Amino acid sequence: MNLYLLSPEISLTAFAILVILLDLVIKRKGILVYVSILGLITSAVFAATLWGGEATTFGGMLVVDGFSIFFKFLFIGVAIMVVLASVDYVSRIKRFQGEYLALILLSAVGMMLMASTGELVSIYISLELTGISLYVLTGFLKDPKSSEAGLKYLLLGAVASAVLLYGMAMVFGLTGTTHLGDIATAVSSGALGSPALLMGIVLLVAGFGFKIACVPFQMWVPDVYEGAPTPITAYLSVASKAAGFAVILRVFYTAFGPVSLDWGMIFAVLGAITMTLGNIVAIPQTNIKRMLGYSSIAQAGYLMMGLAAVSSLGQSGLLFFLVSYAFTNLGAFIAIIAISNKVDSDMIADYRGMARHAPLLSLALALCLISLTGIPPTAGFMAKVYIFNAAMQYGLLWLVVIAVINTVISAYYYLRVVKVMFLEAPASQERVPSSGALRFALCIACIGVLVIGVIPSYFLRIAEVVVRALGS
Amino acid sequence: MGMEIAFWILAALGVGSALAVVLNRDIFRAALFLVFCFFTIAGIYITIGADFLAGVQVLIYVGAISILIIFAIMLTRQTQRGSPSNRLPLPALVIGLAFLGAMVFIVLTTNWHVVTPLPEAGPTTGAIALELFDPESGFVLPFEIASVLLLAAAIGAIVLAREK
Repeated sequence: MNLYLLSPEISLTAFAILVILLDLVIKRKGILVYVSILGLITSAVFAATLWGGEATTFGGMLVVDGFSIFFKFLFIGVAIMVVLASVDYVSRIKRFQGEYLALILLSAVGMMLMASTGELVSIYISLELTGISLYVLTGFLKDPKSSEAGLKYLLLGAVASAVLLYGMAMVFGLTGTTHLGDIATAVSSGALGSPALLMGIVLLVAGFGFKIACVPFQMWVPDVYEGAPTPITAYLSVASKAAGFAVILRVFYTAFGPVSLDWGMIFAVLGAITMTLGNIVAIPQTNIKRMLGYSSIAQAGYLMMGLAAVSSLGQSGLLFFLVSYAFTNLGAFIAIIAISNKVDSDMIADYRGMARHAPLLSLALALCLISLTGIPPTAGFMAKVYIFNAAMQYGLLWLVVIAVINTVISAYYYLRVVKVMFLEAPASQERVPSSGALRFALCIACIGVLVIGVIPSYFLRIAEVVVRALGS
Repeated sequence: MGMEIAFWILAALGVGSALAVVLNRDIFRAALFLVFCFFTIAGIYITIGADFLAGVQVLIYVGAISILIIFAIMLTRQTQRGSPSNRLPLPALVIGLAFLGAMVFIVLTTNWHVVTPLPEAGPTTGAIALELFDPESGFVLPFEIASVLLLAAAIGAIVLAREK
């Protein structure tokens, strides 16, 4: 048992506990933010020392390969951005600042484990660790909207967990093991095509589908995204979704590789419905958080094209899309946090003429919205090109056509916000102040969006190397 | 043979009480039926020789969770009026029956992974402990993650429950 392989998670858990303990004795709560970020960086350093090797421990339950370390970096990066984006927010709540940060760190631990476990029981428990931390964070404001969002997320999440466990139980009952590798052996040696396996796969898709918010498990998204504190909404829309995709990739490629035809089609059909529904319902939204909620459903649809194209091209396309989506969506949400700090509203109508009194913020938000649409020279464009190409190579022409039509639809509501900000007369002339941490995080996000959009090859190469760990 | 008769009786009681949970309009009675349902499941565990699981079932489900549910009902107002009626009884019935049908079909047609020969009846606690904590092939990792999960849940409960 090589405990060093678990060092990123152990160190981050230790820092989460440290944050809570320091919260008891320290008067200046601002320090807690730095401790949290130090913890995340420490964890990233440990993860970096593990890069390059492939090892398993705990009897194959913990898998440390390029794939899992890629996701560890992604989750740590997103968590750092979310903590930075929370600085203004945390100073506004009087109590529980330490708990807020600790829960962000603990949910990051859960996500990191989700990406690196090769066994169903561990996957389930790390999924719950992520989930429970996020339920609490969603209801953290304790106002009626936030509480309702937390409760909805908890109840629907519990149902999704039950469905997931049902699916896992069926797979276990059929194969007699919870280790993904052994499941693959059992599946290819006889259980192929049995109705129980199909049902198990369908239930697993449903359970994980809740995490990535694909149709028909997307009902929670708009309410939860609207009610949750905005940094947590950003966290949910990026990290939680990425964790869901990481688990799906790991489970389906490792365990159900031999039955690839069945589930690729499930994801293709669900993806097509998901992106269409997300985009169409996003159009009439007046609240920007709700709009981005539906937009994130649509983005999940595009991401699922990478699952539908059952090939290494599909996998690396999915990973590349996740990275560019992370930068883009985080940037958009951070800009929204900065703006709503001032105007105290999430209504798109209140963004009128924002470009006059907050030119840089508006520019950053516009850049992120353009990237979400998929217009060059941004990350979103390259990501879409790459994932559409993967689906095309796999012969899913119909899916690509639907996705392209959807991209055109989505331009309408994304660019409408840009129009409201830049072309309409401002309501007031007040400047929009923002904290240094927020500006720094927004800066990183925007640089990321542009760098990936202009020189994608470096990131593509990483994605291609990383998916080799999964095989196909 | 005796075990088999006991299983069928317990199974019938379990399904009956589960139906009573969903069909009963009085939420408090439904909760009591739920407790009974948990008990029958503990009984079923005994008939298949899983004594530790039966004990845990009684301790956690019959003991802790039922008390929690009953407390929640007692502390929440408006329970006198019973549980609110479902607005979509027909779709729920159709989907429920469809799922039931699919599950019955699957359970009957599938060639399940069966352990042969049947393990000897006897205390299972030790065997479970060895299986759980074996450093090479045991479930140490999920066990450790569960402790972090409990920590997160405890922090979350305090944050949500304490007054502002």
